[in-house]
Amino acid sequence: MTDATVNDTGDELILDKGEPPMWGFTVPVVAVFGGFFGFLAGNTNDAGLMGFILGLIYGGALGFILNSFVPNRTAGRWVVIGLTAVLGFVLGKWGGAAAGAIVGAVMSWVAYWIGRGHYRDGVPIYATAGQTLWHNTYLFICGFIFFFLIAPILTIIPLSFNAENFFTFTPEMLSLSPEGYSLKHYQDFFTNSDWQSAMWNSLKIAPMATILAVGFGTLAAIGLSQPHVPFRRAIMAILISPMIVPLIISAAGMYFFYSRVNLQGTYLGVVLAHAALGIPFVIITVTATLVGFDRSLTRASANLGADPVTTFLRIQMPLILPGVISGGLFAFITSFDEVVVVLFVGSAQQKTLPWQMFIGLREQISPTILAVATILVVISIALLTTVELLRRRSERMRGLAPS
Amino acid sequence: MQLKTLLLGSAVASIGGMAAAQDMTFVSWGGAYQASQQKAYVEPYLADHPDMSITWDESSAEAVAKLRAMNEAGNITWDLVDVVAADAIRLCDEGLAMEIDFDEMLAEGDDGTSAEDDFGDLLVSDCFIPQIVYSTTAAYRPDLLPEGAPAPESICAMFDTETYPGKRALEQRPINNMEWALLCDGVAKEDIYDVLETEEGQDQAFAKLDTIKDDIIWWSAAAEPPQLLADGEIVMGSSYNGRWFSAIEEQDQPFEMLWDAQVFDLDGWIIPAGLPEERLEPVLDFVRFATDTQRLADQAAYISYGPARQSSAPLVGDHAELGIPMGPHMPTAPENSQNVFVYNYTWWADYRDDLDAKFQAWLAQ
Repeated sequence: MTDATVNDTGDELILDKGEPPMWGFTVPVVAVFGGFFGFLAGNTNDAGLMGFILGLIYGGALGFILNSFVPNRTAGRWVVIGLTAVLGFVLGKWGGAAAGAIVGAVMSWVAYWIGRGHYRDGVPIYATAGQTLWHNTYLFICGFIFFFLIAPILTIIPLSFNAENFFTFTPEMLSLSPEGYSLKHYQDFFTNSDWQSAMWNSLKIAPMATILAVGFGTLAAIGLSQPHVPFRRAIMAILISPMIVPLIISAAGMYFFYSRVNLQGTYLGVVLAHAALGIPFVIITVTATLVGFDRSLTRASANLGADPVTTFLRIQMPLILPGVISGGLFAFITSFDEVVVVLFVGSAQQKTLPWQMFIGLREQISPTILAVATILVVISIALLTTVELLRRRSERMRGLAPS
Repeated sequence: MQLKTLLLGSAVASIGGMAAAQDMTFVSWGGAYQASQQKAYVEPYLADHPDMSITWDESSAEAVAKLRAMNEAGNITWDLVDVVAADAIRLCDEGLAMEIDFDEMLAEGDDGTSAEDDFGDLLVSDCFIPQIVYSTTAAYRPDLLPEGAPAPESICAMFDTETYPGKRALEQRPINNMEWALLCDGVAKEDIYDVLETEEGQDQAFAKLDTIKDDIIWWSAAAEPPQLLADGEIVMGSSYNGRWFSAIEEQDQPFEMLWDAQVFDLDGWIIPAGLPEERLEPVLDFVRFATDTQRLADQAAYISYGPARQSSAPLVGDHAELGIPMGPHMPTAPENSQNVFVYNYTWWADYRDDLDAKFQAWLAQ
C-alpha cells in the first residue's frame, strides 16, 4: 500500500496505483462476491442461506490469502482453479469439477481485481468513490443483462443432446459421461416425416414471403420518400400497421377475410399473410437508408442520359442495398418464426416449423424441439454472419470504411 | 398455340388428378395418442385405399373454438375431429357436429351385437363416436418420498403435505380437483355432486384445496406432469393414465401409479356438421372401418387406453414394441379400477362456466 497524499484542501486523495485497505475493503468486498455466487449455487439446492454463508467465507478467505501471500497472479489463479475444481469433483464428479473450475477462475480474478485496485482502471484518477462504484455497477448490470439474454439460449444446446426424452439434466449428463448424451433427437428431426414436412413448408413459405415483402416494401419506401406524394404519412401508417396492431387481431381478421376469398388454408394465403407482416420491416430499413441518400446523384445520372429505371438499378439500388438486405432478413425471420398468423390462415398442409414446435411443446414435451431450436440458432448466426461479411465486403469495394 | 393447348391440357389433367386423390384432414391431440390412431386405423386404411391421403392437424385442444370460427367463416376445412366427450356434447348442442345414426353408420360388433349395444352407456351424445376410455389419475416417485413414509395408497396423499412434503402437479381447471378435494375432506363418493351443487360445498372444496395451494404446480398440457416428475420438481401429480404408462414403461422412469379415485373420461370422433356429400362419403367409410371391433382393440397395442366397444376387450393383446400384455395397464382392468370416480357430464355441463369463473378467482387470490 502506498501512502495516501493530502491535497491543498486537506481532502484525502486515493492514488490510482494504490491498493485498497485489506480488512476495510478487499476482504469484505470479495466475500460479498463469494456470498452472491454461493447464494445462486445454494438456491438450486434449496439452501440459499447456507450457500451464501459458505460463499462469504470462501470469498473472504480467497481475498485475504491471495493478496497477502500469493504475489504471482498467474500462479495464484491456477492454484485456486485447481483446488476449487477438486472440491467440485468431490461434491459432484466431473460436472462439479467443471463448475468448480469456473467458480475458481471467476473468484480468483475478482480477488486480484479488487485487491490490486484494478477496479479503478476504467475511471479517471480524479473520480470519487461514488463514481467508481457506479462505473463498475454499470458494467455489472450490462453483463447481467447480456447473461440473462444469452443463458436460456445456451442452456438448450446441451439439453438437446440429452439421451432421455425429457428436458432434464440427468446425473449422467452432469457427470459428463458419454451415456448421458446422444444424437437421437437430431436423428428424430431428420427422419420424422412431421418435422421434415414442417421444415420444407417453412422453407417454401419464408423465401416467397421475403421476395414479396422486399419487392413491395422497397418500392413503397422509395415512393413514400418522394416529397410530392400526397398523404404520405397516412399511407405509411397503414403500411406499417401490421407491425403495430396486435398479431392476434391481424390473424383473426385475415382468417375471416381469406376464408371469404378462398385463400384460407392455401400456400398462397400464408405467403401473402407473411409478406404483409414483413413489409413494415423492409419499409422502415429502406426508408432509413434513403435518408442518407443524396438526391443530386439521381439528377446527375439523368443529366448523363440515364432513364429513371437505369438510374434506379445502377445508382439508387446499390446505395440502398444494405437497407434492402437487412429489411429482407427481418422479413425472412418474421415469416420463419411466425406462429400466430399461420395457425389461423394456414391449414394442416401448411404446417410450418414454429407451428410444429408449438404443437410439440403443448402435446409432447420432446427434446426434439430443443434439437430444432439449436439448429435454428446455428442457422440464424450463420445467416447474420454471412450478411454482415457481405455488407463489409461491399463497403470495402466501394471504398467506404466498415462501420 | 399448340404448346399452350398442351400446357392447358396437362394443367387440367393434373387438377383432375388431384380431385380423384382424396385428401382428408383429421384433427387429433398429437403425441403418443395420435400415433396410436395413425398405426391402428389410418395406416391399415390407407393400405386399402392408396388413392387417399390424410393430413393431421393437432388442434383438438382448441377444436370447439376453431369449429365455431370455421362455421362463422363458412369454411369447414376439417373432415373428422377427435374430441373429449364434454366437447362433443357442446358441439352437438351448438349444431356444429353431425348427428350419427350409430346402427346405420357404424359396423356391428364382431360378435354380432348392434353398434348401439356394443358401445352401450358410452354413447353420451348423439354426435359422438367413442374410441377410448381414459382416466385422469395420479402417479408419484417412490425415491422422492421421505424416508420411512408409507407408499401412498389413496388420492388423499395429494392433500397430505405432512407425510409427503413437496410440490404436486394438478390440472388447472376445477374438474377432478373439486371432486378429489371433497372426497379427501370426508364427503362420501356418491354425495359429491350433491354437495358441490351448494355454495357451502364449493367453499368446502376450495378450503381443502387452499391447504395445499402453495404446493401445487398447475399444468395445462398432459405432457407436463411426467416432465416435472422426471425432473424431480414434483413428488406426485395427476395426468392421463396413458402418459404415465408411456413414461413408466417406454421411458423407464421410476414412477408408480396411484389408481385410487381415477376419473374415467371418453375420447372419440365427431364429424363437423355441413360437410358436402363428396367429402362426407369417404369420412363415413373411414369411420366405419376405424371404429370396428378389431381396430379399437388394435389401438390398445400402442397406448394404454381401454377400447370403447365391449366386444374389443377380449381382443386386447400385447404392446406393439415392448411385448408386455396391455390388459393390466388399462384403466378398466379390475385391479386398477377398485375405486373409480365416474365423471358426471351432465352435472358439469350445467355448472362448468360458473365453477370455472370461481376457480380462476380462487387461483388469483
